[in-house]
Amino acid sequence: MQARDALNYDYSVAKCFTYAAILFGIVGMLIGVVIAYQMAFPELNYLAGEYGTYSRLRPLHTSGVIFGFLLSGIFAAWYYIGQRVLKVSLAESKFLMFISKLHFWLYMILMVIAVVTLFMGISTSKEYAELEWPLDILVVVVWVLWGLNIFGLIGIRREKTLYISIWYFIASFLGVAMLYLFNNMEVPTYFVAGTGKWYHSVSMYAGSNDAMVQWWYGHNAVGFVFTVPIIAMIYYFLPKESGQPVFSYKLSLLSFWGLMFVYLWAGGHHLIYSTVPDWVQTMGSIFSIILILPSWGSAINILLTMKGQWGQLKENPLVKLMIFASTFYMFSTLEGPILSIKSVNALAHFTDWIPGHVHDGTLGWVGFMTMAALFHMAPRMFKREIYSKKLIEAQFWIQTTGIILYFSSMWIAGITQGMMWRATDQFGNLAYSFIDTVTVLIPYYAIRATGGLLYLIGFFMFTYNMYKTMTASKAIESEPQNASPMAA
Amino acid sequence: MFHWLERNPFFFAVGVFLVIAYAGAVTILPDFMETARPVVGTKPYTVLELAGRQVYIKDSCNACHSQLIRPFKSETDRYGMYSLSGEYAYDRPFLWGSKRTGPDLMRVGNYRTSDWHEYHMLEPKSVVPGSIMPAYKHMFKNNADIDTAYAEALTVKKVFNAPYDQPNMPKLGTHEEAKKAVMEEAALVVADMKSQEVKEAFKRGEIKEIVALIAYLNRLK
Repeated sequence: MQARDALNYDYSVAKCFTYAAILFGIVGMLIGVVIAYQMAFPELNYLAGEYGTYSRLRPLHTSGVIFGFLLSGIFAAWYYIGQRVLKVSLAESKFLMFISKLHFWLYMILMVIAVVTLFMGISTSKEYAELEWPLDILVVVVWVLWGLNIFGLIGIRREKTLYISIWYFIASFLGVAMLYLFNNMEVPTYFVAGTGKWYHSVSMYAGSNDAMVQWWYGHNAVGFVFTVPIIAMIYYFLPKESGQPVFSYKLSLLSFWGLMFVYLWAGGHHLIYSTVPDWVQTMGSIFSIILILPSWGSAINILLTMKGQWGQLKENPLVKLMIFASTFYMFSTLEGPILSIKSVNALAHFTDWIPGHVHDGTLGWVGFMTMAALFHMAPRMFKREIYSKKLIEAQFWIQTTGIILYFSSMWIAGITQGMMWRATDQFGNLAYSFIDTVTVLIPYYAIRATGGLLYLIGFFMFTYNMYKTMTASKAIESEPQNASPMAA
Repeated sequence: MFHWLERNPFFFAVGVFLVIAYAGAVTILPDFMETARPVVGTKPYTVLELAGRQVYIKDSCNACHSQLIRPFKSETDRYGMYSLSGEYAYDRPFLWGSKRTGPDLMRVGNYRTSDWHEYHMLEPKSVVPGSIMPAYKHMFKNNADIDTAYAEALTVKKVFNAPYDQPNMPKLGTHEEAKKAVMEEAALVVADMKSQEVKEAFKRGEIKEIVALIAYLNRLK
């Protein structure tokens, strides 16, 4: 097939999801900055009555960023990558086009209701799965629509062999479907008792079992919503942007199947020293360490793709974003296993090190990769140059500084907290009261919040750059092959 | 084999699913076969306590407070006896939390009183100088949702065989009986409280969220 003009890919849905990613990115990160400052300056809790407290905003922040920003970015990437690697345009099938649009609009409706209900405090309390049962059903519908899309497009493909990105998209779809369904099993109370709120439900699982299912979900949702589709994206966008082939097919295979096999064992590391069976804890700990292999396999494969071409990092800020993302992936997949070692976990569990660890991954790996992907797609979807290369450079440095402030302050805070909780005096009595361990952390909370603020500022720069790219940048005639065209 | 899979998406997907699902099946199912049995003395929550538990969830108290005491001396010194699996047998959902911005609450009923909690929700700094917890004044305004709590208790009894109405266990009874029992239980909490507003509302037959929440917190022992 001819490389150019042979197929007109349809980007209408990819564009919709791009706008959604930017919108929810701003909302989710803004709330994140607010709750971070609330921990340093508690007075900020009272800006909006009961709706402005940390407790109402925290689930909104996590859901907004994970399911609003990131998932929109992933969907945008899917509606872009899917067509291109399967060599088929979405516009060729009316059915798939309809499904895609329905997918987008139902997802928007879902997100809006989710925001409203979380503000109202309607929650099942399960982290990253706070929505009540009617919304859970809507989530399933949205997810099934995406699945129909993936397999529908695969069904009418012209390219016989599935490119590696497709493997990861399939895995993300199946993994999240399974995890979400099982974790959200609940009984609506109204239909049993005939009284009370119709949307209220009670979990199918109790106590330790509920905890096990929740962290089997909680950890692996991070894997299959965050890691897996982001790998799908980097495997497509980095070779495209740099013009370099993926370093090793065998390494791709090994790390893909390795990741699939090992990932779901690791959820138990959230429950070390809890009341779940000891062997589950040990298994979680051991497999978390084994998980370094497939994670680093992918990351090294990605880094070595740039072999002999490291100069591109200087010239192309998108390559830089992606390589930096990959490096942060290695960093947080090393930190995770360290935290899963029992003795380290004893110190770090329940402390600020944990949000620190999560944010290395989300800000560095997921956030950078998503923004790089959207930047790569923009000139091809909107047929315009990226508005400003310098702005990307500035954004990169501001956000990197933000991430460093974030994780270094949270490391110090977490270790301080853990050490103070266990500190005893010469007679074996606890050396500190709990509140001592809170007040000592306030400076670190302020640093963390400032780190988050820098990242948000960078995200505003990204938004501005994208907006100008869509509206005011120089038009390009033919589709660029690699290296996104950028104005100075 | 891998080349073949990459050309046959159906079998590829089946393969991926089996490889993913395997670990979940091995780690989760065995414990479900042997569902956690309650420790002697553990009872299902009363309707008022459940209403309080729903307030606890509504305001995401679990975002900052854990309910899981780990088996370390530092934790048992600070919070009391470490947690046992059977103590959570009636916890749907579990509320262990994942971050301690505030202290653990697993056994808070042993060392805090109703009026302490009252001050704490009204103005955290009044009882814990330096606290960064938000105040929860709206809990003194909003009414607790007793009907939904009753619905939850009845669901747990019917669907999961929670031992309500059995000897030495909390009584649930009919909706009317349950409401009466809730009022009696709430009266005890209200009597310990200082807020005139809450007391007067109670006289009018209203139970504020704070009353239910305190009933729940006092139950945590």
